[in-house]
Amino acid sequence: MNIMPFPRPRRLGKVNVPTVTLAHGGGGKAMKDLIDDVFVEAFDNAALAPLEDQARFDLAAIAELGDRLAFTTDSFVVDPLVFPGGDIGKLAVCGTVNDLAVGGARPLYLSCAVIIEEGVALDLLRQIARSMAEAAKDAGVQIVTGDTKVVHKGACDKLFITTTGIGAIREGVTLGAHLARPGDAVLVNGLLGDHGAAILGARGDMALETQVESDCAALHGLTDALLAAAPNTRALRDATRGGLATVLNEIAAASETAIEIDETQTPIREEVKGFCEILGLDPLYLANEGKIAAVVPPEEAEAALSAMQAHPLGAGSSIIGTVNEGEAGRVTMKTVFGGRRIVDMLVGEQLPRIC
Amino acid sequence: MCLGIPGRIVKIDDAAKRLATVDVGGVKRQVNIACIVDDARPVEGCVGDWVLVHVGFAMSRIDEKEAAETLKILTELGEAQAEIEAMRLSAAEVGRAAS
Amino acid sequence: MKYIDEYRDRDKAAILVKEIEALVAEIPLAKERPINIMEVCGGHTHSIFRYGIEGMLPKEIELVHGPGCPVCVLPMGRVDDCVAIAERRGVIFTTFGDAMRVPGSKKSLMQAKADGADIRMVYSPMDALEIARKNLDREVVFFGLGFETTMPSTALTVLQAEREGVTNFSVFCNHITIVPTLKAILESPDLNLDAFIGPGHVSMVIGTAPYEFIARFYKKPMVVSGFEPLDVLQSVWMVLKQIKEGHADIENQYARVVPEEGNKAALEAVEKVYELRDFFEWRGLGSIDHSGVKLREAYAHFDAERKFAVPNLQVADPAACQCGAVLKGVIKPWQCPLFGTACTPETPLGALMVSSEGSCSAYYQYGGVKAQAGAA
Repeated sequence: MNIMPFPRPRRLGKVNVPTVTLAHGGGGKAMKDLIDDVFVEAFDNAALAPLEDQARFDLAAIAELGDRLAFTTDSFVVDPLVFPGGDIGKLAVCGTVNDLAVGGARPLYLSCAVIIEEGVALDLLRQIARSMAEAAKDAGVQIVTGDTKVVHKGACDKLFITTTGIGAIREGVTLGAHLARPGDAVLVNGLLGDHGAAILGARGDMALETQVESDCAALHGLTDALLAAAPNTRALRDATRGGLATVLNEIAAASETAIEIDETQTPIREEVKGFCEILGLDPLYLANEGKIAAVVPPEEAEAALSAMQAHPLGAGSSIIGTVNEGEAGRVTMKTVFGGRRIVDMLVGEQLPRIC
Repeated sequence: MCLGIPGRIVKIDDAAKRLATVDVGGVKRQVNIACIVDDARPVEGCVGDWVLVHVGFAMSRIDEKEAAETLKILTELGEAQAEIEAMRLSAAEVGRAAS
Repeated sequence: MKYIDEYRDRDKAAILVKEIEALVAEIPLAKERPINIMEVCGGHTHSIFRYGIEGMLPKEIELVHGPGCPVCVLPMGRVDDCVAIAERRGVIFTTFGDAMRVPGSKKSLMQAKADGADIRMVYSPMDALEIARKNLDREVVFFGLGFETTMPSTALTVLQAEREGVTNFSVFCNHITIVPTLKAILESPDLNLDAFIGPGHVSMVIGTAPYEFIARFYKKPMVVSGFEPLDVLQSVWMVLKQIKEGHADIENQYARVVPEEGNKAALEAVEKVYELRDFFEWRGLGSIDHSGVKLREAYAHFDAERKFAVPNLQVADPAACQCGAVLKGVIKPWQCPLFGTACTPETPLGALMVSSEGSCSAYYQYGGVKAQAGAA
């Protein structure tokens, strides 16, 4: 793919101090050592190795994989950096891979830009870079270009990562929230709210002990399987910040339909329910990092469900509701109790309540 | 102020300070049990008890008998309704057979 | 989850709805006007919307959402006082989450936090005390908010702080009492309430005796209710039975949690630490006598109001605010001219739109699928 083969292998620089300093962002030898030690060491691939200002790819080769280019970017500022089930690095890779996957794209290459607060431990950075490398390898993508900045204490919260990704969309695959139609089925691939609960638990301010882990995972294998079984799938959305409720509202608004889901079919882990009961939170609004909402024509719903259930990341898949005629943009839920409630867009942040 | 949730006391953390760990659906949290202990029901005997937790304090013991009673009333109501419905249906049957 | 799932049972709900419909048919009053049942507590409002209970009831029943939401009735002046304390150098201001968005005359605690004040959300006053232990060079203030349910927790925390000799911890006390509120509602000339669904968790502290005056003097039935949807439905059923039978009593639907006599240890702690204020201001309801508590002189060193100078100003609601009328159940949220236009969850003018238990916020976000049909 790389049209500029690297002339010869070179020795990578190393950082010999325990924490990052402003010197490591200065552009000089210290910065080269940091990039080599942390990122090149971990990401090591042919496209990255030359360390030019840009990675280069043969367009024709990409065009063999699809007829459209998918292009996405995301910033990751999660706190704490390391949490049960993953870390900011894994999140940064999977999050961007998933944004490509829900467009029906095969994820190909990622860029990785980091902003590091001075004083961050090198060991922690190495751990996160390794995490990114592992996630990229599992996802079959390469991190091919990047940027490193170091800022003084207080200018950022430990570490911010931005990943941008490109992928190729296969001919004939057309997904869009506006394509949902009355009669369509709405599916999810498993338990909702795990990531949000894991992060809140890990932050510690509520002093809750929980075993819940983030569901952070790259979903393109799952989406491939889904699209193979249900080629007329209308829309796929990654249910990240704002949770399932947010993506359903987006789909309903874009397609000017109403969506109703059934609480008894909406899978939520017992522990996440307990977590939400204690704090007075609604699990429908908790973030996920390994869950999609899929809108599928009714005649393909069963096939879609089977395909997702057969995939390791979709064992808990469920048909949770339907798209209907009705007030455009309105999302409702038939409650476990038999009544009906509206599932509105989140306003501000969800706050634990005492009432 | 209302948000209270049933939880089960799983261990005593500090008897003198009246602190225990409670389990709500698998999530654990330390709570103060001063309100639910007394001479008759000492701290040590609390493990396994169900309590109502509000802002980190166990405010009441859940009375298992009363809980069952509340549901029993509803079950009995349901049975009565079913009986009435059955009588109504059979009366309709008799009416049809007679005509 | 035990003691939760059983009270969300759909089949038992159907049984109750059938009984309720049968009762309504036998109540003559229902043929002339709706039966107005006030559910006092914010937690009940939340449950009713969260489970869509209103839509399950016959149209002859009108659920009126009362003022039992301590976040909703927090006056702007008190929020300003909180902000003033929080913005002082060296202070760590701790608060329950839902209080953070209530607007003050200039800003909310959330905005003050964005502006740099050290404001931290806590789940329990005990967590605030722990922050004080861990930050001996800072003054930690806990925003004590809530009805009698939460009073004991704050009181017990103060007593623990005293036992340990903690000197950098204090409470900004905004605890309010339920009985004067209920009296104010019952005395209100605009109201036409037939019965009450009583606050379950306040009652687990104070017992059921304090409500006797509602039945004896005002001749209205009240059923103290749990918070699961089946509890609320069952309480509606019990209230309707009383109306049909023509008597008024205080009943306890929530017997599994509420002891008739209340909680002795909690009441003792409350008695030890607090005394009644002569009057206290409620947003939307004005000043109500003996409706708030403050820390006793003996605990002055834990009283943030004495430790810190606060503006202590009475700030009037925006003139167009109808929060008071909505709080008393005189008008429905959508009947307020500002509802959904100038006043929305993103831009709340009144506290009823800020807290997720406030009836305006609940109507706006959860539906009132029935209400919207009514408003249309």
